[in-house]
Amino acid sequence: MICDVNVYLSRWPFRRLPCDTTSELVSKLKRSQISRAYAGSFDGLLYKDLRAVNQRLYDDCKSQGADLLIPVGSINPTLPGWEDDVIACHEQWKMTGIRLHPNYHEYELSSPETKKLFAMAAERGLFIQIAMRMEDDRTQHKLMRIPDVNFEALPGLMKEQDGLQVTILNGMKSLRGANLIRLTENPNLTIEIAMLEGVGGIEKIMEQVPYEQILFGSYFPFFYLESSLNKLKESQLGMEIEKQITWENAQKRFAKT
Amino acid sequence: MIWDLHCHLSGVDGKTADERIAQLMVYADRMGVERLVFFMGWPFLTDPTPEQFRKQNDQVLQAISHWHDRAFGFVYLNAKYVDESIAELDRYVKNGPMIGVKLWVASRCNDPSIDPIIKRAADLKALIYQHTWYKTGGNLIGESTPGDLALMAKRHPDVPLICGHTGGDFELGLRAIQDSPNVYAGIGGSDPTAGITEMAVRTLGADRVLYGSDIGGRSFSSQLAKVQGADIPEVSKRLILGGNLKRLLTPILKEKGIKV
Ligand SMILES: [Zn+2]
Repeated sequence: MICDVNVYLSRWPFRRLPCDTTSELVSKLKRSQISRAYAGSFDGLLYKDLRAVNQRLYDDCKSQGADLLIPVGSINPTLPGWEDDVIACHEQWKMTGIRLHPNYHEYELSSPETKKLFAMAAERGLFIQIAMRMEDDRTQHKLMRIPDVNFEALPGLMKEQDGLQVTILNGMKSLRGANLIRLTENPNLTIEIAMLEGVGGIEKIMEQVPYEQILFGSYFPFFYLESSLNKLKESQLGMEIEKQITWENAQKRFAKT
Repeated sequence: MIWDLHCHLSGVDGKTADERIAQLMVYADRMGVERLVFFMGWPFLTDPTPEQFRKQNDQVLQAISHWHDRAFGFVYLNAKYVDESIAELDRYVKNGPMIGVKLWVASRCNDPSIDPIIKRAADLKALIYQHTWYKTGGNLIGESTPGDLALMAKRHPDVPLICGHTGGDFELGLRAIQDSPNVYAGIGGSDPTAGITEMAVRTLGADRVLYGSDIGGRSFSSQLAKVQGADIPEVSKRLILGGNLKRLLTPILKEKGIKV
């Protein structure tokens, strides 16, 4: 049983991906022992009508998600009236969390809107996922050069919101050492393994991050799902820790009670 | 049968070459990687002097020395130093155990001044791996693109050449080499972006696509996934994971008396 915290529905704006229809995606997840997947939408990157994006995401998960897909709405706090999007995610669609792409939406985590958004999420018991990057900056479209998210302000933001769960998606290509430890000092901060590289990646990152704060994420369908699955074999975690990383940690933190 | 085209000793735990390769073999065993090709020592040097590339080649030589038949070496050269590179080829390939050549980012491979190195390597049946990228932010001054390699390949139509990283941006890289039948796509050393292997097979045919990991900077996991997760026939996967590399290396391995 695996819970994948990093899945996207709909279309990557620059290329068709294998399994970028919900039905193909779900059947591939099922074949690969993924029994729960937190899904955002690629449309959340560039579309302005995020209400419609989140509605479609919700509908897709409900109609084709086979009890496996859990929708995670996109919020852009630079949009007029974004607060209503948070309310809709929480009250209308009963979502348990939201996904942010600050670099695609051109704001810093130090901005006043972010502070307000974090407070709103904490108050409503929503978890927050923040995607650090969506692709290697060396392969980005020439007209769409998007820098990585800067997490400098995150520890301060989280300190103000007791109990708020935050997960960094696609962060492990570059977050290391002091930069990483500064973030994971807060036990409510989790990372996931989609972009974790290096031989025996999970074993090695466990020297820096407690396994309770490591989650299984694949960034499927942008990445081959097998990449993260293989990492469970390349590191020898033992049954207990593997269970925590692939299932328990996420359930404890994000599952609806 | 998995043969890994693209391994490094850099980015790996261990003080000595022996410690580093022993470490890597633990993970190779876990992932079922049978044979591994190593090139370049540590730390990475983008524009090594002859003295420096010799030192790096010695590191690789030391690393592979206890892993006969399992770990192979490609000699790291710098095309800015043609004479010294040819001497190095003789030292490590003709008179030593290495079986290929690695060219990195010191100078662009479209420059014909590289040709004597390519010819000498071909005479020795050494397999040539040329790093390539198409970087959105611009390449390093001496960094080749797949387009550069396609130009070089035209001058050496009978020499198999590996397009390292498939240009990183594989959608550009594959197009650049599609009409160069002697150029092979090395798909390792980039994010496990879904679709790369399907497009490579569609564009070049499965027999021109080679798995490699680019460890220690990358993982076996992410790079094997490109093949294991691709929507292509099993027979194509077998070619990409090892069959093609074995075929390309067989002439020189035979010459060196290594069982394949
Ligand atoms: Zn490399």
